[in-house]
Amino acid sequence: MDIALAKKRIEGFQDTPGALLPMLHALQEEFGYVDEAAVPLLAEALNLSRAEVHGVISFYHDFRHHAPGRHVLKICRAEACQSMGCNRLIEHVEKKLSVKMGETTADGNFTLEPVYCLGNCALSPALLLDGQPYGKVTAGVADALIENAQRQSGRQA
Amino acid sequence: MKIYVPCDSSAVSVGADAVARAISQHAITKQRPDVTVSRNGSRGMFWLEPLVEVETPKGRVAYGPVTPDAVPALLEAGMLDGKAHPLCQGLTEEIPFLKQQERLTFARCGITDPLSLADYIGNGGFRGLERARSMTSDAVIEEVVTSGLRGRGGAGFPTGIKWRTVAKAQADQKYIVCNADEGDSGTYADRMIMEGDPFVLIEGMIIAGRAVGATLGYIYCRSEYPHAFRTLQRAIEIGREDNYLGSAAGFDLHVRLGAGAYICGEETSLLESLEGKRGQIRPKPPLPAIEGLFGKPTVVNNVISLASVPIILDKGGAHYRDFGMGRSRGTLTIQLAGNIKQGGLVEKAFGLTLRQAIYDFGGGTASGRPLRAVQVGGPLGAYFPESLLDTPLDYEAFAEKKGMLGHGGIVVFDDTVDLAQQARFAMEFCAVESCGKCTPCRVGSTRGVEVIDRIIANRDREKNLQVLDDLCELMLDGSLCALGGLTPYPVMSAVKHFPEDFHARN
Ligand SMILES: Cc1cc2nc3c(=O)[nH]c(=O)nc-3n(C[C@H](O)[C@H](O)[C@H](O)COP(=O)(O)O)c2cc1C
Ligand code: SF4
Ligand code: FES
Repeated sequence: MDIALAKKRIEGFQDTPGALLPMLHALQEEFGYVDEAAVPLLAEALNLSRAEVHGVISFYHDFRHHAPGRHVLKICRAEACQSMGCNRLIEHVEKKLSVKMGETTADGNFTLEPVYCLGNCALSPALLLDGQPYGKVTAGVADALIENAQRQSGRQA
Repeated sequence: MKIYVPCDSSAVSVGADAVARAISQHAITKQRPDVTVSRNGSRGMFWLEPLVEVETPKGRVAYGPVTPDAVPALLEAGMLDGKAHPLCQGLTEEIPFLKQQERLTFARCGITDPLSLADYIGNGGFRGLERARSMTSDAVIEEVVTSGLRGRGGAGFPTGIKWRTVAKAQADQKYIVCNADEGDSGTYADRMIMEGDPFVLIEGMIIAGRAVGATLGYIYCRSEYPHAFRTLQRAIEIGREDNYLGSAAGFDLHVRLGAGAYICGEETSLLESLEGKRGQIRPKPPLPAIEGLFGKPTVVNNVISLASVPIILDKGGAHYRDFGMGRSRGTLTIQLAGNIKQGGLVEKAFGLTLRQAIYDFGGGTASGRPLRAVQVGGPLGAYFPESLLDTPLDYEAFAEKKGMLGHGGIVVFDDTVDLAQQARFAMEFCAVESCGKCTPCRVGSTRGVEVIDRIIANRDREKNLQVLDDLCELMLDGSLCALGGLTPYPVMSAVKHFPEDFHARN
């Protein structure tokens, strides 16, 4: 983590009341996760103990402790999506990527994360790929999305 | 020539952006500079998304679901003149799903460009605020009391009464907090308003601020809704530019992002989170109305509650109250979800039965298989069997059947569902999302998962069903908030109404 950059992102919210969550979101947006090294910076900026900052980070599911893969795939596993077979979809994707929910592929291409409802429950099963929403996702659609993302990162590499 | 393609994230999830691009591209190649593509909110008929509408002398004509590949053929067939095509649904307003609704809160959603103030004002926007400005703050509150509006976030507490308490409280600062955490599976009404008509929410919050004497508002939007968050940010900027918001206007507004914790939908946990803390439940009393955000008197209301305020002020409380049944007044925004043929938003006076909602509007299951179970009211709502489908959508009628209307989400399951697995999920969800403050919830839910696993594996089944029953009793009585306190609802309703999935399974 670039400390100077982290400090700059934190300072952006210095005057915001109840600033810890906006700061954490800013750090995660910048680096993809919240680095351990950010904890003392946050504690100092907000006049909190490190333990308090830790407590907040660990409370919320959103904040990652490690850098994610190049692509983040969040698949909904809540009830409406269950009724349309999301559990089978998740199994399929886990197999295709050889990871379990919450893990990153060995090549660093994908992080697979669970999410509980994306508000797209009339078009279940639903997922978010790098923030882009997809609905009525079949195994075939998921394969195509994954392969497309793979090709993209192949070009970038 | 205006063509409408929704920018709603659900429409985008099935290709609305690509469709909009395809239409623009075609207009350029065919040299039709008169064609402009406008991005509206969604009408809430999601099985038809992307739903493209064209303006004709008779009204808007709808085509859907449109894929980018279908665009050239549609244009060849004369879509720009509203001509026939297999995807043509006729006049939008005449589509039975929409025609049979009573849209008050959603009156504009899907019709306007969400970020156009001109569209907003041209379609009745800010009339409620204008009237509120001509009234005393007490009179505004009484109008909301008269409307009978009850909180749409789930608990159903009368909104006007809550406002009265905050208005009476003496403090140097008061707040309006909008609960946009919409964590319940099967619900998306808040999201649709935030993405499709954000100014109606803003107007509702400005009115609330005037009524109770609050000068600052926060919208706590869940992080799973990145589109809604961006739309709100933009709408607030526009509101400031036009002096509806800001220090000169006497009311300012900020939008904050949640961080993936279901419990932060509970109002006191939400306030903790807004203050930058762990989202743990605060004991009540004190009520947030007395000691809320940063210890100050605070109105916490759901998105739909606040977005219903402008029309109540515009048309009068009595007009709104005249819809509905019993103590459930006005309209309910029903959200049809899951295994349903015609999934979408139905705004209708309280009192429609579950069966009417699912069959008359929803058209039955998407799979075509028999319906077996329905979960209403999110992850803490009961599972109902077919025999309870004649229950009217009304707070009290649902409570009588040991169910909960909640935020109005209806999730349909066909006959492939396994209710033991659903009960297990309810317990697992509670374990994952528990704030950890009290033992019955934190420990009970983890125990619950283990016990259900034993039942499924047929280990001491009858004994473990008794253990599960006792455990639910304990959670129900001993939990500090409704997460632990209501998780027994989906679990016990599954056992009660679908015993064959527990007792007799192999
Ligand atoms: C576990 C739990 C989750 C909740 N989630 C939400 C939510 O996502 N959105 C919401 O508006 N209310 C939610 N509520 C209800 C709020 O605590 C509160 O009653 C509501 O925000 C009050 O606004 P209203 O009166 O306009 O409904 C939740 C309650 C509990 C116990
Ligand atoms: S019931 Fe669960 S979520 Fe609610 S206060 Fe207790 S531990 Fe927290
Ligand atoms: S349950 Fe999956 S999007 Fe709502």
